[in-house]
Amino acid sequence: MTTNPLAVLGQRALNVLRGLGHNATFFADLLRNTPAALRRPYLVIAQVHAIGNLSLLIIMASGLAVGFVLALQSYYALVTYGASESLGLLVNLSLVRELGPVVTALLFAGRAGTSLTAEIGLMKAGEQLAAMEMMAIDPKSRVLAPRFLGGIVAMPVLAVLFSSIGILGAYVVAVQLIGVDDGNFWSIMQNGVDVWRDVGNGIIKSIVFGVICTFVAVYQGYETQATPEGVAHATTRTVVISSLSVLAMDFVLTALMFTHKQ
Amino acid sequence: MGKRSIETLVGLFVLLGILGLLFLALKAANLGSFTSSGDNYTLIAKFDNIGGLKVRAPVRSAGVTVGRVTSITLDPKTYQGVVKLDMQRGVQFPNDSSARILTSGLLGDQYVGLEAGAEEKVFAPGDTIKSTQSAVVLESLISQFLFNKAADAGSTAAPPPPPTGTKK
Repeated sequence: MTTNPLAVLGQRALNVLRGLGHNATFFADLLRNTPAALRRPYLVIAQVHAIGNLSLLIIMASGLAVGFVLALQSYYALVTYGASESLGLLVNLSLVRELGPVVTALLFAGRAGTSLTAEIGLMKAGEQLAAMEMMAIDPKSRVLAPRFLGGIVAMPVLAVLFSSIGILGAYVVAVQLIGVDDGNFWSIMQNGVDVWRDVGNGIIKSIVFGVICTFVAVYQGYETQATPEGVAHATTRTVVISSLSVLAMDFVLTALMFTHKQ
Repeated sequence: MGKRSIETLVGLFVLLGILGLLFLALKAANLGSFTSSGDNYTLIAKFDNIGGLKVRAPVRSAGVTVGRVTSITLDPKTYQGVVKLDMQRGVQFPNDSSARILTSGLLGDQYVGLEAGAEEKVFAPGDTIKSTQSAVVLESLISQFLFNKAADAGSTAAPPPPPTGTKK
């Protein structure tokens, strides 16, 4: 039987559509199971610990490093225009609007996303999820929804901490090392950053990224092939899909939030 | 890890997040300067040209910020820019004070500068500032400069025609 290339193409397109639909129904299922997860708050708290607390080290270290580098690079870019006093403002806006949410989401996908996918995938490979269903316990409400909620709670906190540590790191480099004026650093920054438009929009972004990363991680874990190989593939797929989705969504959100009508 | 200690750690995590948020909002953004000690009163100033003045620009007197610009509209009858100023309650100005649009630094943001007058009576809320001076428009300044230069150069000869840039 000869394979008709058009039929193959059509089959692939249909598979993509079917995958999207499966994603959507899974998402709806997760949302439906959220109240049940909230009725056992300890499950959610344990997940916030596993996802958020244990990611603190990498997020804070990265925030510090990004703050240092941002201060150094911005200084050398600004000093040619005599605008080196605006260093604090530039660093703050870069962190709070863009780098905080996005870099935190990428690190989150790498650290917490992979651990979620691997954990759920191994549960599936070890038939624990099937055993739960046998006992009439919906694994979505006991296992998946708490992790989903935990990720959504942890992500904005991590993004805020990333931005804060970044600004403090930039302060150390700019004021102590380079010699930018201390008072100017903070006052020009305070005058130029709007709480609702900049910090608030950054937090909205981080919540959206949290939903994306956690959902992708949980979905890939649940749908993995029940073999060790399958779990490994699912883990890498989580990182790739989360990262690409976060970056695409970042463009959309930035266009929506920060383009002015003037 | 015991149940208690996990809950404590998560509580610390969330607390750290809230502290970070407070730091960002108060120290790194403009929330601190928004809260006013009392209620504010509104003054209105009309300018022929507001230049690059924006909403939320500061209102300063002797360099000290005493208020904010809350709205900028065009008066359809007189074609003047109507600027509403939100002034701090603690500072009252004599009702012959003048308002000018100044620039902070050479190329910085523009703000409204108030110079106190000599009258005894002060502005009531909602009053209009009568003496105003518009922003300096760079092009008018340049054409005025060129016209003066040409006038100096041609003062011995016949008076030159005015450059096309100046108003009649």
